[in-house]
Amino acid sequence: MDFQLTKEQEFVRKMVSEFAATEVEPIAKDIDKEHRFPVETVEKMAKYGMMGIPFPTKYGGAGGDELSYAITVEELAKVCASTAVIVSAHTSLCCWPIYKYGTEEQKMKYLPDLLSGKKLGAFGLTEPGAGTDAAGQQTRATLDGDEWILDGSKCFITNGGYADTFVVMAMTDKSKGNHGISSFIVEKGDPGFSIGKTEDKMGIHASSTTELIFQNCRIPKDRLLGKLNKGFNVALSTLDGGRIGIASQALGIAEGALAKTVEYMNQRKQFGMKLSQMEALRFEVATMATKIEAARYLVYKAACDEDAGNNYAVSAAMGKLAAAETAMYVTTKAVQLHGGYGYTADYPVERMMRDAKITEIYEGTSEVQKMVIAANVLGK
Amino acid sequence: MAYKIIVCAKQVPDTNVIRINPETGTLIRDGVPSILNPDDANALEMALEIKDKYDDVTVTVVSMGPPQAKDLLREAIAMGADRGILLSDRAVGGSDTWATSNAVAAAIKYAGDFDVLIGGRQAIDGDTAQVGPQIAEKLGIPQVTYVQEYELSEDRKTFTVQRQLEDGYEVVEVHTPCMLTCIKELNTPRYMSIGGIFADPDSKIEVVNADDVQVDKTTVGLKASPTNVFRSFTPKPKGKGVTVEGDTEKEMADNLLIGLKYKQVI
Repeated sequence: MDFQLTKEQEFVRKMVSEFAATEVEPIAKDIDKEHRFPVETVEKMAKYGMMGIPFPTKYGGAGGDELSYAITVEELAKVCASTAVIVSAHTSLCCWPIYKYGTEEQKMKYLPDLLSGKKLGAFGLTEPGAGTDAAGQQTRATLDGDEWILDGSKCFITNGGYADTFVVMAMTDKSKGNHGISSFIVEKGDPGFSIGKTEDKMGIHASSTTELIFQNCRIPKDRLLGKLNKGFNVALSTLDGGRIGIASQALGIAEGALAKTVEYMNQRKQFGMKLSQMEALRFEVATMATKIEAARYLVYKAACDEDAGNNYAVSAAMGKLAAAETAMYVTTKAVQLHGGYGYTADYPVERMMRDAKITEIYEGTSEVQKMVIAANVLGK
Repeated sequence: MAYKIIVCAKQVPDTNVIRINPETGTLIRDGVPSILNPDDANALEMALEIKDKYDDVTVTVVSMGPPQAKDLLREAIAMGADRGILLSDRAVGGSDTWATSNAVAAAIKYAGDFDVLIGGRQAIDGDTAQVGPQIAEKLGIPQVTYVQEYELSEDRKTFTVQRQLEDGYEVVEVHTPCMLTCIKELNTPRYMSIGGIFADPDSKIEVVNADDVQVDKTTVGLKASPTNVFRSFTPKPKGKGVTVEGDTEKEMADNLLIGLKYKQVI
């Protein structure tokens, strides 16, 4: 077993870490406070190839691997979880299903703009009554001559307000439940398609989370992504990869919070000594660091499984479960170790704790990850 | 006609994290990351800006150092350079600035002809600012140091540059081929691109030895170096300064004069 990163992966970490320190961290507090989607950061990330990392150069990607993509999301999340999820949702939830299930024509039409970051992607599965339980989909797609007509709505869509290209799930045969779902590519500006309300969330304030509304939305017949009535498989496999992205985000949040805590403990003095000299607190830091290390290897393992062409559904679920719980644990302790200051917005751990919570929820809650893992261990 | 730029770059220890052993007075290099020398990154950025502007520009980065200095060339290529040449040979180890410029000048000749040679003002590990100018002398080309701004003429044969001075700048016009050494005010270096990192930079790097570049071995290395480091030490920190106080500017000036007279400076 080799725990060494390749030279390329090391360089990706170096590059993204410098980028994050210079371009992302200085504005992280402000964009959180202002609930502002950082368009300028997305443009910069596009310029450096960060919006299409694990895809072939043939389609405009960077020709990188899944682990490098995971490291990128991790490094961004160390300083700003919102910026990290922009990349994750775009890459895993929109670019990937088009790359995996698209026809050659669809790939050539959509991927170059998406992977170069000229266009931003989003993914629409969740509805008010249907998330992981996809069979409850109310959004319908019916074929009318050469066009599909979509009716219904989606909610909690990451990147919603700023995306140009959407991968959307809709019922094409209600009687078949999960086997009656199909996936489609919808473009901003398609007739009958609009963006609904923007959610006011606990954390990841700079991420745009919106409703998508389809009212007699007409799209050409060739926008069907994958086979008819096979959308459930598209959605599930897309979420497997999405989990690696979110697990990396959770890992980065935890690492960022620990780094800020170490910095604080080395300067804060109480009872005549630095916090970093107090044994009870040192032990807490040891626990935080160990949980992070454990989560990191599960997350990297999932990414390596995908790179190696192995099945990664279970390793991604385990990685996300562990990393999300670690992010919540570490950020909560980070606030505690900062004392009263940690509860104020003057210190970044306050934001990190709010941001960490979502990693236990989106791309499947921790409970859903346990369903996936348990089914693997115990059978369905 | 291709327009050829050669950039001189050095791999240096990151002095932001470096410490000095108080007992021996030497650098503690353990665990200190190696980086592309900051002024050289500005030089590379200038070359890449010119490359962005014209279709026919090639940027070659030349460096000298141990085999691990290849990382610097990988980084430069991932930023956008076309190829890298690393002169790595025990024979050139321990060179001072004179011997280094002999070796690097030979490596540049090996790299081929060029329109402009760009380097950083100085490396953060030695701070001499001598190697760039010496290379220009040895190659017999004009040089302009401390470049903080530049303009390239339409025919790309003349650089009009601002050369930073202590109290301002002078404007200098220089014809190619020439050598320019840059300072950090010139630009903000770009990052590597992810695509560049994965485009197999190694295939564009050539590692050469002293024989390959045909350098006279009696002019390089520790033995050929006319200067030697006698001793390294950490200077004692300066004492605390004095703040001249007063409610008005006149009162502060008065107090300053009193102080200076008291110390018999004036």
